[in-house]
Amino acid sequence: MSRIIAGLNRLGGLWLLLGLAAVLIAPWYKLTPPDTGAGSSILGSALTEISAQRYWLLPPVLAMLAFAGLRVKSGQRWQAHVAVPWIAGAAALLFLMQAFGIGLNGPILGAIGQAFPAAALGQPGLGPGGFVFAVAITGILADALAARGFCRGERFAANAVVFVVALLTLFVLFPILRLGSTALFTPEGVFQPGVFITRLIAPDLWGLGCLYGQPRCGVVINTLILGILSGVLSTLLGLALALLVARTNFRFKGALRAISILPIITPPFVVGVAIIVLFGRTGVVTGWLEFLFDMPRTRWVYGLPGILLAQVLAFAPITFLVLLGTIEAINPTLEEASKTLGAKPLDTFRTVTWPLLRPGIAAAFLLAFIESLADFGNPIVLGGGYDVLSIRIFFAVVGARYDLGNAAVLSIILLSLTLGAFWLQTRWLGRKSYVTITGKSDAGLSAPLPGPLKAAAYAAVMPWVIFTLGVYAIVLIGGIVNDVGRWDLTPTLRHLATAFSFEIGENGLQFYGSAWDSLQTTLLVSAIAAPLTTAIGILTAWLISRQDFAGKGSFEFGTMLSFAIPGTVVGVAYVAAFNVPPVDITGTMTILVICFMFRNMPVGMRAGLAALSQIDRSMEEASQTMGANGFLTLRTVVLPLIRPAIFTSMVYAFVTAMTAVSAVIFLVSARHNMATAYIMGRVENGEYALAIAYSAVLMVIMIACIALIQLFIGKRQLGRRTDLQTLR
Amino acid sequence: MSASAIEFVDVVKRYGSVTAVDTISFSIQRGELVTFLGPSGCGKTTSLRLIAGLELPSAGTVRIAGQDVSTRAAADRNVGMVFQSYALFPHMSVIENVAYGPTIRGGDKKLAIERGHEILTMLGLEGLSTRLPSELSGGQQQRVAVARAIVQQPDVLLFDEPLSNVDAKLRRRVREEIRDLQRRFNLTAVYVTHDQEEALAVSDRIIVMSNGKIAQIGTPSALYDRPSSRFVADFIGDANLIEGHVDNGRFRAEGLTLPLDMPGPDRPATISIRPERVILEKSGAGGKITHASYLGSRREYRIETVFGALLVSAPITDVAFQAGDEVGVSLPVGGYTLLVNESELPSARVSAQ
Ligand SMILES: Nc1ncnc2c1ncn2[C@@H]1O[C@H](COP(=O)(O)OP(=O)(O)O)[C@@H](O)[C@H]1O
Ligand SMILES: [Mg+2]
Repeated sequence: MSRIIAGLNRLGGLWLLLGLAAVLIAPWYKLTPPDTGAGSSILGSALTEISAQRYWLLPPVLAMLAFAGLRVKSGQRWQAHVAVPWIAGAAALLFLMQAFGIGLNGPILGAIGQAFPAAALGQPGLGPGGFVFAVAITGILADALAARGFCRGERFAANAVVFVVALLTLFVLFPILRLGSTALFTPEGVFQPGVFITRLIAPDLWGLGCLYGQPRCGVVINTLILGILSGVLSTLLGLALALLVARTNFRFKGALRAISILPIITPPFVVGVAIIVLFGRTGVVTGWLEFLFDMPRTRWVYGLPGILLAQVLAFAPITFLVLLGTIEAINPTLEEASKTLGAKPLDTFRTVTWPLLRPGIAAAFLLAFIESLADFGNPIVLGGGYDVLSIRIFFAVVGARYDLGNAAVLSIILLSLTLGAFWLQTRWLGRKSYVTITGKSDAGLSAPLPGPLKAAAYAAVMPWVIFTLGVYAIVLIGGIVNDVGRWDLTPTLRHLATAFSFEIGENGLQFYGSAWDSLQTTLLVSAIAAPLTTAIGILTAWLISRQDFAGKGSFEFGTMLSFAIPGTVVGVAYVAAFNVPPVDITGTMTILVICFMFRNMPVGMRAGLAALSQIDRSMEEASQTMGANGFLTLRTVVLPLIRPAIFTSMVYAFVTAMTAVSAVIFLVSARHNMATAYIMGRVENGEYALAIAYSAVLMVIMIACIALIQLFIGKRQLGRRTDLQTLR
Repeated sequence: MSASAIEFVDVVKRYGSVTAVDTISFSIQRGELVTFLGPSGCGKTTSLRLIAGLELPSAGTVRIAGQDVSTRAAADRNVGMVFQSYALFPHMSVIENVAYGPTIRGGDKKLAIERGHEILTMLGLEGLSTRLPSELSGGQQQRVAVARAIVQQPDVLLFDEPLSNVDAKLRRRVREEIRDLQRRFNLTAVYVTHDQEEALAVSDRIIVMSNGKIAQIGTPSALYDRPSSRFVADFIGDANLIEGHVDNGRFRAEGLTLPLDMPGPDRPATISIRPERVILEKSGAGGKITHASYLGSRREYRIETVFGALLVSAPITDVAFQAGDEVGVSLPVGGYTLLVNESELPSARVSAQ
């Protein structure tokens, strides 16, 4: 493989060959463009489209021909020629200008129309030729930079930097910017910057009515109330759990850690559904309460209380892991010192332990807060009349009141809130982390939890344990009993059959179940996305830890930011950005894969960074001095040494792709439906049993996959997600 | 005349605001072992990495075997490097480590392994070829690292502080081994160290560096006998520095007049004299012993004179002085040298501790 690449490089460079193919033979557009009346374009390539008067495609063609000429003239190291970066830069710029300047319905500026009359007909999105050209010109630019000493002259590294930056720009930055500009258009598509302000200050966003007796607050206020309550409760519960595990002789520590993995592999909605089954108006617990205590049946669970319950259940394990990390990092000698100075256990806790815990608590709170704001699955199932931003955004895009501009404004508000919290978190952690870096000292024993606190911790944890067991019991049996909602527990396979029936007949294997399509897409997309996500995450980690290049700081910051963008916002942004030319890819499977890649890559990146920091970089340098280029060094030296990080990233990327909903819900199409979207449809129809059955199947598949991967790498990781979770 | 093996022309390397290597020029001949010597942080490693291609110069030209390689990546140069930490690949056996280069450069794997075995045999490592690096002793690891670096017959072999992970007792032997090997294969080698004794022992020539600049280039004996600056005099061996001035072809200080070979114009000046070059006489006056120590192989005295304090190292003879003795002090012609770059480099330390 590497030999083939080396061979191509000798021929004139992989990128040059690709570029020539892209402009000379490959169809430039996704669809056949409108007929200009100036003769037909046989191949539909840039070259033949020029003959059909699309003269704006001239620069790409000329640039590639110029490079071919330089290759012939200057030989193998032609990229070192002074003209190459200038030609490549100019061609790339003109390419972008035409791509964004001439839309589906014609030029965006009158001047373009005057220069190119044929532009009035507009142009469709980029096709194979256009995309391959973009790739080729990027690669040539990177090669030219490397020939000038960028990345220490290392071609692979230079290519990696340039491509990762280009991809992040296209798939993270550009959608967000597009979203911002969309906010300035009316629902009719008229440009009107004033509407931004009108939408921003709409009373149904900021109303404070609920604080003084009126029925409801604005949606932003609702979101904040939910976020704060959820953050506080999750943090308290997480703290209780962490203290129990770290500072008492609690017997089921292992079980607690195991439970803490559950939310990661729990598909969305299913917890919400289980809560309805338990506490809804016709719920089991509600029934018992009525029977035992004559409590009236109400719909209390729909709205803030229900969402809170579901979120605390889901987020407490995350805050638990963060706080456990903090507690375990406290040097026990500090507490011992306090004791020897005569402090009572409670005083020691108040004056020593608690202040040391505060940064971790702040981090945990902000984490849960961000998660709560971004949460889509629970509010949509349990929201009732309680409106939050993510839901409002969803209905502004897919609902009857379609208004992408309004969705954009709401997304911007949501994004500002999460970014603000994210910023606070990094600032807080940057400054106030007293935790000693040396970690645990072997001297001394940490102080056991003082009695009253221990009691309080148990009091908080026990209901949560019972509640969790209840919810997962419903998930376990809901799919295989007749009607769990009415507590009809007759075992049956009918729900599974509806979803997954198949028959082995004379025509071979036939799938009849209604869920097969979505399951197949989900597995396929996840299986494709997992390695790609891992690849780009690990590659980015390698670039950050091993390469020095201009703008590395902002590069790192950009990759971190994509953590803090809520899925709903990503979804809307992708719709705004990729529904129209030049990059017109909505409705494809590609966009699903891309969405997962860039949403989940930071986890692979974190794991990669941690692993790389453990590896002596002179090994890579040794490999280079022995003649291995960056790619071979990565493959033969780095990757074998960071296997665990790769598997962590794979597992995470796979599982998240299987259970993601907030961004995906905007991007699925009739042809490419995802399991979570399918489940959401069932929940909306009230087909709870079917939803639960499908979710249980997904969980089984995920556990099987994780087990498989764990088998591969031996016993490792999954239990130690702390550092990863810190950032989700 | 064939081109130098390595040539630096006005090479600068900056890291942000730090200038690690500041406009240095030198050339290294084929088959020579040249050492970069200087205190920690003076830019030795950076210079070495500039040769390897692990850093590219911010300005200036680097030539290897006559070719300008200033923008060429490490993988496209033919250099071998022995790293401070050895940097053996922990997931590959010894033979895989050694055959890595020839294999990765696209050669035939079988030939590469054959060649690897040859080199291992030459270095006396043939029995270890299937072991993992973690199963080797430190010395063996280093030899494997050397084998790996020379297996491809590099244009130049680079060593970055190769003795820093070697037991103090073994250092002398290992450095002799390195020197023998370099001679045996007629390799051009560049060696980095902060230890002046090590540098004197292994080098054909030494490049003394200070603050990213070259302080002096020369053979070990030239550097020792004729340091050009206070910094070099001080960094290599011990030196007595005597301040005075050049006056009419002679060096004069209070109570001292010395003839000079190349005096130059009259000016304030400093001379340097090595402790073992100072001659003490029982009869006579001029110096008073303030401190005497017996070091087994020699005696050391601190002496108060009118032109300053001197450190003197005397061979073990029957004559031994005590603190408080009056002695005659003479500085023989040829034993001292006038510092010519005195004003250019700030002195890093006080003389003769
Ligand atoms: N990658 C780097 N980034 C920033 N500064 C560096 C880097 N490498 C070296 N330096 C700086 O350059 C100077 C010279 O370093 P180095 O060549 O390693 O010194 P030496 O090997 O002589 O101890 C030091 O001040 C060091 O801090
Ligand atoms: Mg060094």
